[in-house]
Amino acid sequence: MSTPTVTAARPMVEIRSVHKSFGPLEVLKGVDLDVRAGEVAVVLGPSGSGKSTLLRSINHLEKVDSGTVSVDGTLVGYRRSGDKLYELREREILRQRTDIGFVFQNFNLFPHLTVLDNLTEAPVSALRRPKKDALATAVKLLERVGLADKADAYPRQLSGGQQQRVAIARALALEPKLLLFDEPTSALDPELVGEVLDVIKDLAHQGTTMIVVTHEIGFAREVADTVVFMDGGRIIEQGPPGEVLDNPRHERTKSFLSKVL
Amino acid sequence: MSLADPASDTLAEPVPAPPGRTDAPTAPRIVPRRRTGQWTAAVAVLVLLTPAALSVVRNDAFQWDVVADYFLTTAVLRGLGLTLWLTAVVMALGFALGTLLATMRLSANPVLRGVSWGYVWLFRSTPILVQLLFWFNIGALYPTVLGIRTVNLLSPVAVAVIGLTLHEAAYATEVVRGGILSVERGQLEAAQSLGLGARRRLRRIVLPQAMRAIVPPAGNMLIGTLKGTSIVSVIAVQDLLYSVQLVYHRTYQVIPLLLVATLWYVLVTSVLGVGQHYLERHYARGTAGAR
Repeated sequence: MSTPTVTAARPMVEIRSVHKSFGPLEVLKGVDLDVRAGEVAVVLGPSGSGKSTLLRSINHLEKVDSGTVSVDGTLVGYRRSGDKLYELREREILRQRTDIGFVFQNFNLFPHLTVLDNLTEAPVSALRRPKKDALATAVKLLERVGLADKADAYPRQLSGGQQQRVAIARALALEPKLLLFDEPTSALDPELVGEVLDVIKDLAHQGTTMIVVTHEIGFAREVADTVVFMDGGRIIEQGPPGEVLDNPRHERTKSFLSKVL
Repeated sequence: MSLADPASDTLAEPVPAPPGRTDAPTAPRIVPRRRTGQWTAAVAVLVLLTPAALSVVRNDAFQWDVVADYFLTTAVLRGLGLTLWLTAVVMALGFALGTLLATMRLSANPVLRGVSWGYVWLFRSTPILVQLLFWFNIGALYPTVLGIRTVNLLSPVAVAVIGLTLHEAAYATEVVRGGILSVERGQLEAAQSLGLGARRRLRRIVLPQAMRAIVPPAGNMLIGTLKGTSIVSVIAVQDLLYSVQLVYHRTYQVIPLLLVATLWYVLVTSVLGVGQHYLERHYARGTAGAR
């Protein structure tokens, strides 16, 4: 288990009373969450509990109806002036997103670009890095996820596990302050889950701040500093894995865990 | 490769037997089913088509010698040149405008969406012949533009380009819009989460993937446009069809000259079909392994 060595005065992620509805369906009913720098938070919960929506609202892929999300002390998607929140221009939001890496359930690699081009696209066009530097970083990242020999392959020539490792490397290429994982192993064949979780564990040990939405309880137990259990658009309970997973206080957590374990 | 694996399993040998080898007792020879249907169809087609083909060759009214005489004359080749030029210009401008209108239609801005919708509605709901005649007679509505007489401003060729392009763009809009919508939503979200700007997302991520869905209908439109340009003969633009018409109005050799035009249309269309095949293969890259 990784213990956070950096304890900033201010949390890396501050989520305050976030509400979100899709039409008549209220998906988030007032969520508060803090994640400290270097910490790994694993979010568990049944499908439809709002985990993914919460994660997507952190990098403004989903606009919240009320409440605020801050990353490293900066409001995401809005500028505060007095008691009003003004939505930022798209360019400013895009700029903020380069600080927040996002890994999707379905990888969402760009299928018409080689692995290397997938990794260099954002650093070159969003951060205006020189192509040469971006290439060097990309090669190093591919080594780190064990795919140095796949640089010139197209995504569909890779297995699901390899694609997800490339997707993680692509998110890392922007050197984000925070990494968000939306069920990173749910679309994988069972025998490929391990290789992806190993990469994420590795990042956790190096002190990367992460929020991971997953159904892998074993992974949560091993890697999480905080386990967050969500149900019905609310956080039901949260705490160290030893508490939430082994001695859940809430009935709904107990019944969920009894079904999953 | 995947087809070879089960075969080697049934042979119960690590290496597939070379053709003709029958000595292994565990390897019964596979006899393919007889394709009687294929042969029957081939004979039927031959019986029916041969007399038709012979009549085309033997019937003197086709006047193949006249076809040969005119096939490569300067007048015909000039007409062909104009048809090809008009097709290329109309396709290029039509798709440029169509791509712009498609992105407007899919934008978050309701005014742009409305403008794009209105454009497609207007230009798709009137026949191209009517549109062309309308542009040809625009001088009746606006005799002068910026002090210049409209008739002097717009030559018949300019009218042809404008009329065909505006019509083409309406259809191109729908083709491009369909292509963009065929790209998985996750692609756009991935690009947004990586901080790519709107124009970059469209040019680098969405359009290249949309091309796979755009190329087949666009190829269809290209061939349709090539033949459709023949409509400009009504406003006396000397394309391929009008060029042969000018000849047969003089010589009364209607059929052979129409055959000259027909053969050229078939020839060019066939070449375009081959081009489309390679273009489709190009935009399938990255997915070729999956096929």
